[in-house]
Amino acid sequence: MGKYILKRMLLMVPTLFGAAVLIFFLLRLVPGDVCEVRLAGAGLYADPEAIAICRENLGLNKPLMAQFFDFVWGYFIFDLGVSMWTGASVVHEIEIRFQLSLQVAIMATFVATVISIPLGIISAVNQNTWLDYCVRGFAIAGIAIPSFWLGLIIILGLLIITQAITGSPWMPPIDYKPIWEDPVYNLSQLIWPAVATGYRYSAVAVRMTRSAMLEVLREDYVRTARAKGMIEKVVINRHALKNALLPVVTILALEFAFLMGGLVVTEQVFNLNGLGKLFVDAVGNQDFNLTQNLVMLVVLIFVLTNLVTDVAYAWLDPRIRYS
Amino acid sequence: MVTPSEIQVEAEFEEVAAKKPWGQVCKDLMRKQPLGTFGLAIVLVMIVTAIFADYIAPHDPIQEDFSAMFAEPGHESYPLGTDEFGRDILSRLVHGSRTALMVGFICAIVGATLGMVIGVASAFFGGLFDLLLQRVLDVFMAFPLIILALAVVATLGPGIQNVMIAIIIPFVPQCARVVRSNALAIREIPYVDAARALGFSNSRIILRHMVPNVMAPYLIMLTTFLGQAILLEASLSFLGLGVQDPIPAWGLMLTNASEFFEGSPWLAIYPGVAISLSVFGFNLFGDAVRDTLDPKLRSR
Amino acid sequence: MSKYARFALALAVGAGLSLASTGPADAETPKRGGVLNFVVGSKIPSYDGHIEGTFGMIHPIRPFYSSLIRINPQNPQSSTDFHCDLCVGEVPKGEEGGTLFKFKIRDDVKFHDGTPLTAADIKATLDKIVFPPKGVPSARKAFFKAVESIEAPSPTDLVIKLKFATGSFIPALAMPFNFVYSKKDLDEHGYSWHRTNINGSGAFKFKEHVKGSHVSGVRYEDYHFKGQPYLDGFKAISAPKLAVRVQAIRGDRAAIEFRGFPPKQRDDLVKALGDDITVQESDWNCVLMATPNQERANFQDPRVRQALTLAIDRWGGSQHLSRIAIVKTVGGVVFPNHPLAATKAELVALNGYGTDLKASRAKAKELLAAAGKSGMEFEFNNRGVDQPYKVVGTWLIGQWRQVGLKVKQRVQPSPPFYATLRKKKDFDVSIDFNCQSIINPIADISKFLGSAGNNYGNYLDQELEDLYNTLLQTGDEKKQREIIRVFEKRALSDQAHAAITLWWYKINPHRSYVKGWKIAPSHYLNQHLDQVWIDK
Repeated sequence: MGKYILKRMLLMVPTLFGAAVLIFFLLRLVPGDVCEVRLAGAGLYADPEAIAICRENLGLNKPLMAQFFDFVWGYFIFDLGVSMWTGASVVHEIEIRFQLSLQVAIMATFVATVISIPLGIISAVNQNTWLDYCVRGFAIAGIAIPSFWLGLIIILGLLIITQAITGSPWMPPIDYKPIWEDPVYNLSQLIWPAVATGYRYSAVAVRMTRSAMLEVLREDYVRTARAKGMIEKVVINRHALKNALLPVVTILALEFAFLMGGLVVTEQVFNLNGLGKLFVDAVGNQDFNLTQNLVMLVVLIFVLTNLVTDVAYAWLDPRIRYS
Repeated sequence: MVTPSEIQVEAEFEEVAAKKPWGQVCKDLMRKQPLGTFGLAIVLVMIVTAIFADYIAPHDPIQEDFSAMFAEPGHESYPLGTDEFGRDILSRLVHGSRTALMVGFICAIVGATLGMVIGVASAFFGGLFDLLLQRVLDVFMAFPLIILALAVVATLGPGIQNVMIAIIIPFVPQCARVVRSNALAIREIPYVDAARALGFSNSRIILRHMVPNVMAPYLIMLTTFLGQAILLEASLSFLGLGVQDPIPAWGLMLTNASEFFEGSPWLAIYPGVAISLSVFGFNLFGDAVRDTLDPKLRSR
Repeated sequence: MSKYARFALALAVGAGLSLASTGPADAETPKRGGVLNFVVGSKIPSYDGHIEGTFGMIHPIRPFYSSLIRINPQNPQSSTDFHCDLCVGEVPKGEEGGTLFKFKIRDDVKFHDGTPLTAADIKATLDKIVFPPKGVPSARKAFFKAVESIEAPSPTDLVIKLKFATGSFIPALAMPFNFVYSKKDLDEHGYSWHRTNINGSGAFKFKEHVKGSHVSGVRYEDYHFKGQPYLDGFKAISAPKLAVRVQAIRGDRAAIEFRGFPPKQRDDLVKALGDDITVQESDWNCVLMATPNQERANFQDPRVRQALTLAIDRWGGSQHLSRIAIVKTVGGVVFPNHPLAATKAELVALNGYGTDLKASRAKAKELLAAAGKSGMEFEFNNRGVDQPYKVVGTWLIGQWRQVGLKVKQRVQPSPPFYATLRKKKDFDVSIDFNCQSIINPIADISKFLGSAGNNYGNYLDQELEDLYNTLLQTGDEKKQREIIRVFEKRALSDQAHAAITLWWYKINPHRSYVKGWKIAPSHYLNQHLDQVWIDK
């Protein structure tokens, strides 16, 4: 087992290095740079000298390979540098957003779990009935509806409904307070994006729960249990569900990793100051240093989640380890 | 020259590949997959709309009418109302289906096909080639889809071609990975060895023996990509990186409408429904394809 | 009110709007207390006003700083009414033929860290802006080319000498970007400290900046205008999406947005909230234009460029485009409300400004045919900002379609957009803009000179250059006006180097409880917030 984990961890190294190369050069293919945006933001005349100085200060005029070396070397000396846009340290910039993204990811995963497991079971138990079709239709609608569109509708709906009821329109807060500072404020902001994205991500998990349940329900021990005259509910809860859960948990874990960095569009609609919005801003500003490090963080979360789920699988199913 | 043993090998293969006639598959689909059939119906309606857009749309989709800006639905000459430039929403929706289908099909077909080629090649050649290729795919797979697409489109610049490239790039490794694992299994089947032993060329083995046998995962991935591509295009448009005015496209309509959502919500409702419905259709259809083609699920 | 000033405030627009009534509002006694929440649609690059040029920095950061002089907060529409902020009495008139300015500096001003503010601090600040040491950037150095020396003979005296007299010196000095820093900070921490740190003498003290979310400030009790500010504090919340900013005001998460909303959003807010919304409107010192790239063969022929401008229905656009974009007023090279600006009679004589649209478009088609470019296809380069860039761009393409031109739009985010204009020059026709803070026409129209740093047409028109040099040496306003008319006709009509669209129109619908804030003709101006109060 230890050997398997070690092998998997070693495989992470080329992946991370490749991701670093990819994002580094991808960003630098775009014409223009952060200095031009900063110094000519309002259409004022941009002093070429000022732009040259700005580039000098940010190290943008060094040879590409030297810049790349600095970027990678930063990981070995634990110095990720500063945001080229704000001048604040990259760690600080990411830290502020990480909290919010983590909380939304947890809440959305919770919503997805609450929706998907019961629905998946209902769907499997009532396979090929109208109930099954409704559940699957509902789940697939979740993937089909753009979550930013759903977000727009939720906010407008809240404004209209609250105005109709209380006379003055209410909308979720547009700035973030940590949950321990002001839990009501915090939740009244984040619950909506969590529902909108949680619904979206429940779809895949519903399907997974359904097919895993169907598979397990046909296993011999479930048939035996049924034959022994056990109550259906007990059969499902005690035997079937337990064994069907693993792939479902895997899917949810992978989606959690996705939610950490992938809420690029939804965050715009709800004005959330999360990692996705930071990514859009950083790319828009051509803040190379921040974008690179942010992408590496998201990739790392992704790769680590994959590692954990694979290891869990291997632990449960020894055949994988030796293949 | 065709040797008898060759014919035999290929006959054997045909047996493996075509377990069921396609007509039967279609019938099964309708009987066993009412949702899938519903999805297919939506897709067909969309295709018909796209083909005959010029005849269906009552107006020119880019003709502005400043005397009827923000006309509400139910207007005498604009049944679904008009947008901020007084352009007919119905006509823009109808013509927008072309853009959606084009993005959906081109991205899905190109992405899945490139993925299949890479996946099969990787499995067939194996060894160092496979190992290196897998590491490269690992890199691409380590990015969330939207992040990679966004980075690519930021590099290439907005616009419909670049958006399609940005959508295709993350699709390729996904499909390659799935196809490869299927192809690996097929590679072990004796008739491929036999074909090799007979000295058939690599391309012949790949094209005639391996590719047909990975059609199931290929089609599954392809149908999954159809809906995803349409949604990704809408997302990129929402960030201002997608299709640009005045081309009629649903994602763009939704994006423009989001600015005027407060007072004229219908502007955003129609394209939103169009996107959702088409992706819904593609996904229902894709699910049915998956259920039908996936051998593990077929017996049920 | 100065003779230049013209109140565009509180114009009635549409039925059922309740508008700011300036009379009674002025008469009301300001109430103290309350926190002002406002939304900002752009981002903060750094806190250093001397190097930044975006309202994303001005709106949240300006309230922390004072400047030597500023526009009159009670009369922000005027382009010549300047008030002392850190100086005493009136803004000095130039002595010695307008080349010597002597400022008396207040002796009761303290920075937020307690250090007294003296003339030496202002000198150090201006030195940083005007004569930055090598390696120190300064975005508006070019505005101060006339300055010879800045001296502080005593803590309350500041003397500025110019090389030559120029009417653009005082407006440049009043630009809101000229934050006064403490000499001590500059000496101790160096010239880049202010990018990430704040120590000003403005009405508010910096409280916190949560990156990407908000900036908040609290009342500075020792502010030099006694009794002010009225607010306990403010919170500037970042909200890049226009839809969110509109919703925020509707849902009262924010009371105001200081840049400007399109009319449609104003109407929707008024419809939803009625009397709880007050609208202020003003002409805006920004304009978008279409600039053809004269390095490209298609656009070297002035007939083609004339056709581009002739196809545009400006008077019609002022009616309907103004409903969906933050643009409205038909104008030439000078800000429409200014005495140096063309009158309507003068405008209609220019190509593309005529009131007979059919005739203009027929002429455009003729010119295109004569140049052999009928039905020409080209690409229009635009900036990826919705308001008003993309809306105006889409409108322009529709206008050109009317004369048979087939135009595709290429929209780019700001960095590659700038690269296209400045370095790569790989465009046919591009959106281009002139957007300034203080209205300063003689400086602003240099935009149309081929030699100007912010001109992207890739042409050199010696006749325009000569006209401009004559203009610079003319002191008489009437003469200036005449020269500008000739300049305008050549730049916009005969040579058609650029097709000006419509001047921007600033609309600020805000919660009616926000009082004391008066709209200025620029989103950079009047943002120190010391006169704003909340009536709840």
